Amino acid sequence: MATAPARTRPGHLARREALIGYVFISPWLIGFLVFLAGPILASLGLSFTQYKPGQIPIWVGLANYVRMFGDELFYLSLSVTTKYTLISVPLGLAIALGLALLLNQKVPGQRFFRTVFYVPSLISGVAMAIVFAWIFNSRFGILNYLLSFLKLDGPNWLSDPDFTLSAFVLMSLWGVGSTVVIFIAALQGVPVALYEAASLDGAVGWRRFIHITLPMISPVVLFAAITGVIGTFQTFAVSYIMTSGGPANASLFYLLYLYKNAFNWFEMGYASALAWFLFLIILICTGLLLRTSDLWVHYEGLGKK
Amino acid sequence: MNVAIAKPVRHARTSAVGVLIEVVKYTLLIGLAFSFFVPFLWMISSALKDDPQIYTVPPIWLPSPMHPENFINGWTKFNFTKFAANSIVRYAIPSTILVTLSSAVVAYGFSRLRWHGRDLLFGLCLATIMIPFQVVMVPLFITFKTLGWLNSYMPLVIPGIFGSPWFIFMLRQFFLTIPEELSDAARIDGAGEIGILFRIVLPLARPALIVVALFQFLGAWNDYLGPLLYINKEDLFPLALGIGILRRMTGETGTTALVYPYLMAVSTIITVPIIIAYFLAQRRFIEGITTTGMKG
Repeated sequence: MATAPARTRPGHLARREALIGYVFISPWLIGFLVFLAGPILASLGLSFTQYKPGQIPIWVGLANYVRMFGDELFYLSLSVTTKYTLISVPLGLAIALGLALLLNQKVPGQRFFRTVFYVPSLISGVAMAIVFAWIFNSRFGILNYLLSFLKLDGPNWLSDPDFTLSAFVLMSLWGVGSTVVIFIAALQGVPVALYEAASLDGAVGWRRFIHITLPMISPVVLFAAITGVIGTFQTFAVSYIMTSGGPANASLFYLLYLYKNAFNWFEMGYASALAWFLFLIILICTGLLLRTSDLWVHYEGLGKK
Repeated sequence: MNVAIAKPVRHARTSAVGVLIEVVKYTLLIGLAFSFFVPFLWMISSALKDDPQIYTVPPIWLPSPMHPENFINGWTKFNFTKFAANSIVRYAIPSTILVTLSSAVVAYGFSRLRWHGRDLLFGLCLATIMIPFQVVMVPLFITFKTLGWLNSYMPLVIPGIFGSPWFIFMLRQFFLTIPEELSDAARIDGAGEIGILFRIVLPLARPALIVVALFQFLGAWNDYLGPLLYINKEDLFPLALGIGILRRMTGETGTTALVYPYLMAVSTIITVPIIIAYFLAQRRFIEGITTTGMKG
């Protein structure tokens, strides 16, 4: 109540607090310099060299970048990842939004449904990849068996290059639960007064959704979309375990290609160039996010600064 | 008046079309819930089968007889007890303690202290959330190799000292909701900032700390790429890599072992702690991701 705002404090006190402030955040600041900023610069440096572990890096100038833009596998991995992103992110958002809308109404068993949808998103990586590899098994797996009820002849999901990416998309949808929970929270944040005003104007159902719900939660959707894109660009473990990039490189995700260059073929210089390209992609996504940040970041406590 | 007239009309609609909508809604929800649940059922069902049963077309859900011994035989096929111990004792527990503690200290500096440049640096911290570790994977690997840290958990645990931007963000949001008056009162009583953090802020922030600890624990439990980069001695494998050895056997011809049932049995055992963790802290999980938009 009677707390003095910072600007009226005596100068030395403010300086003392500043010093203490830096001491408290120093772990992050040091970590940022040593584990992020430094390595990013080192990575840039390495990207201009040919470097195999145990040898001295040889300066090759822009050769790695020249090679990258003439490298079929680079384009392929980029297109696999982009295709995967363009399908799985919007599809995941749409399904998450649909589920959130269904669950946001006062349905009995809401907690049960929320649990069923959310828990799979916690199970990432190895166990999921192994179970899904068995689900996708074309002869003995459960997916093609279930499809046979719909009179559909299931494909060889993981050995037919035309279907491998679809299998990965299907699997990614199993993890939409965390987005569902975020969307439910956003839906509950839409002021009831808006709906009341709209129903007086005669807007119901679909029109109410398009004109009120969607605009009101759009910042959250945007946030989920951008973190989703960054997430898909980090796809690694599932492709490494399930297909190791195959068949015919149909699931050669960007990160998997980077990993193979660095740790299977020991092309660390070239891998660094690939990493830098990834960094630029992420920077563009982050830039988009920050540009729109006042729309989505809710600093409830900002008034206290 | 208008409202009073409109209401009965809407009720009339509810009884006719409304029931249909409800039916469609529930059919949809139950159908979707089932499809989210199928992988679990399939995993457990497959874990209980023997070799002829698992290669039966069409698949059987309830094998008869069941083979619960797969859980023990699969687990002991390789030294999974050792792998689990590595995952928990060498990786998850130390990294959880380090990350939670230091993220709390940093979050305190970003929320409970006022200083010039704070918000600028916090913005930078937020921005780094978006940069994936993989961008710096190569130079970090070279660094840790030079330090002689390969085949140890040091590269996975030690960076925890520097906190994690996600958790710093999450804890900061929580710390901001704690009344400033509590800190000021303690300051007047002569308490230092460390004392305020540990005696006042942290006890009040327990729910947020639990979420951070759980997320970090699960992150370590699920981590695959990290151990894959730094650990190649089977003795030191965490569960994520251990199950990979079993997985590779599926590709070998002429193996008579019950590879798929064992794989499913071990996957079930790996999944159970995650589900238990969720039920232990269900509300905290939901609160945690809704306040920050963090994904598990």
